[in-house]
Amino acid sequence: MNIYVILKRTFDTEEKISVSNNKISEDSAEFIINPYDEYAIEEAITLKDAHGGTVTVVTVGDEDSEKELRTALAMGADQAVLISNEDLEAQDQYTTSTVLAAFFKDKEYDIILGGNVAIDNGTGQVGPRLAELLDIPHVTTITKIEISGTTVNIERDVEGDLEKIETSLPLLVTAQQGLNEPRYPSLPGIMKAKKKPLETLDLDDIDIDEDDVEAKTKTVEVYLPPKKEAGKILSGETADQVKELVSLLRNEAKVI
Amino acid sequence: MAKKVLVLAETRDGALRNVSFEAIAAAKEISGGGEVFTVLCGDTVQSLAAELIHFGADRVLVAEDEKLANYTTDGYFQTLKKIIDDESPEAIVFGHTSLGKDLSPRLAARLESGLISDVTGLEQAGENTVFTRPVYSGKAFEKKLISDGLVFVTIRPNNIAPLEKDESRTGDVKSVSVEIKDLRTIVKEVVRKASTGVDLSEAKIIVAGGRGVKSEDGFKPLQELADVLGAAVGASRGACDADYCDYSLQIGQTGKVVTPDLYIACGISGAIQHLAGMSNSKVIVAINKDPEASIFSVADYGIVGDLFEVVPLLTEEFKKVLV
Ligand SMILES: Cc1cc2nc3c(=O)[nH]c(=O)nc-3n(C[C@H](O)[C@H](O)[C@H](O)COP(=O)(O)OP(=O)(O)OC[C@H]3O[C@@H](n4cnc5c(N)ncnc54)[C@H](O)[C@@H]3O)c2cc1C
Ligand SMILES: Cc1cc2nc3c(=O)[nH]c(=O)nc-3n(C[C@H](O)[C@H](O)[C@H](O)COP(=O)(O)OP(=O)(O)OC[C@H]3O[C@@H](n4cnc5c(N)ncnc54)[C@H](O)[C@@H]3O)c2cc1C
Repeated sequence: MNIYVILKRTFDTEEKISVSNNKISEDSAEFIINPYDEYAIEEAITLKDAHGGTVTVVTVGDEDSEKELRTALAMGADQAVLISNEDLEAQDQYTTSTVLAAFFKDKEYDIILGGNVAIDNGTGQVGPRLAELLDIPHVTTITKIEISGTTVNIERDVEGDLEKIETSLPLLVTAQQGLNEPRYPSLPGIMKAKKKPLETLDLDDIDIDEDDVEAKTKTVEVYLPPKKEAGKILSGETADQVKELVSLLRNEAKVI
Repeated sequence: MAKKVLVLAETRDGALRNVSFEAIAAAKEISGGGEVFTVLCGDTVQSLAAELIHFGADRVLVAEDEKLANYTTDGYFQTLKKIIDDESPEAIVFGHTSLGKDLSPRLAARLESGLISDVTGLEQAGENTVFTRPVYSGKAFEKKLISDGLVFVTIRPNNIAPLEKDESRTGDVKSVSVEIKDLRTIVKEVVRKASTGVDLSEAKIIVAGGRGVKSEDGFKPLQELADVLGAAVGASRGACDADYCDYSLQIGQTGKVVTPDLYIACGISGAIQHLAGMSNSKVIVAINKDPEASIFSVADYGIVGDLFEVVPLLTEEFKKVLV
């Protein structure tokens, strides 16, 4: 089976965020594999173990993304592709999905796995957009997948309800938390990953002209929310605190 | 410049979801005096059309088909694509719901358009509408616009106020028929887990419990408080993972994103993934026995104490004042 994972290197949002020049500052930021993409990688490896084949991890990013691709290889992916976005000025989800579609155009793929949302930009657009451009079905926020032949049975999370879906390959799915527990790269895995193939492509290699993928949206401002005033931590006897809280909610906050 | 705007209405348990009324309000603003028309899909939904008009839609297109009884990407995609081709709207507004998130990017790809997802506010700036959306798990915000071509957005529930309901409003309701073929994904079964009570993403008050609730039984005092307040009960991932409650109650990045007027967090530490789902709530109350818990950093009011003592007292106090 030809298994692909689309992976995004993201800002670790557990870190402190600051804004400079109308951009989120990347100085001293920690970057990680988007957590939902880790579920995708884990599932890809599990599918390969069950059905054979190869797992290829693909990202559109800058040269630093090699680190996250190596981590995916260390987890057990077989090969990686870095499509360099260094020629791109403004890049939005239209751009990213169009670039990915150009890469997949002449590839044979049975399944493409991605995350349901990137934790930094958080739109969840890239997966379904890519599926449409490739004219294959997609299923979002999956928590279970079983493949037999070309038939695929999936469970997906729909705002807390569970939907059971039947579909077929080729297919694109996006991972929701609960799909699996991603493994940590093992030491031998890390050693092996250094020798696994990692190909870097630029836009020319996939026949993309940067003008054709110009972003359709424009960011006019990035800002931090006004710092919330420190909340009121109540004190005194518990019973009095409770009375005070009820009164504050009614008279000061006026929400009840 | 006046725009023609399409709104996709959504139903749940046979009723329209609030987010659809909010989407109409957003569409009105984007339209700048142009026409707002709503698309309503399902098997038997015709009777809901009037309410969309009462909330501000100028016109409703009803697509009824048994293949639209359950949401499938292809069924809805084909229906919307046909209507968009026929009507050529200049802007489209969906809810940022499970359905909206699944369908909008796919349509945007076909229409070769930009898409601004998860919008929490909008304002006019000259010819353009500028949209605000949270990024970085809610730690920052960005303002975006689509300067040319179709304006396509999804709006986060509970952030944009719906228009006042006006039952005297009238408008055109028309059926459209779309031939739906080749559904590539088939819904075999829907296992309902979410409680049928108040929809979490649209609730005005939420009482949420975390690992500090300690057991399934531990949720009872929270439920009692919620009953008194007419609130919905939610939970952190910690509580769901520990099996104290169902995952359908989960709030956060993986679960539901909520923006109630009042969020009462009981025994929740305040991990970033949880905050991503609730930090935009209007008023946040934290009850936690650890004064260092990060939930206090987003709380408007905090009580440091044992939730099993505080919550029942709170219920009693509200009972007294709310009679
Ligand atoms: C140089 C540069 C300039 C940018 N300029 C802008 C800008 O002007 N406006 C703007 O809106 N954004 C801009 N971005 C951000 C970028 O366009 C988006 O982060 C990207 O399109 C992914 O969208 P998302 O974060 O919403 O991902 P989502 O759609 O939320 O991601 C869902 C899933 O899609 C897959 N995926 C997402 N991104 C990639 C990727 N790059 N490679 C492979 N798989 C992926 C992953 O599986 C991920 O889990 C810029 C980024 C760069 C590097
Ligand atoms: C990719 C990813 C996605 C995630 N998505 C989500 C998500 O959507 N939602 C989410 O919630 N989490 C999510 N998480 C998990 C998140 O990181 C935290 O692990 C989780 O939120 C912790 O839950 P908790 O606060 O209930 O538990 P804990 O962190 O264990 O906190 C329990 C709190 O209860 C307090 N407490 C204990 N006893 C009492 C008492 N008697 N009275 C008062 N207070 C008491 C303690 O002081 C403590 O602060 C995600 C994690 C990852 C990696």
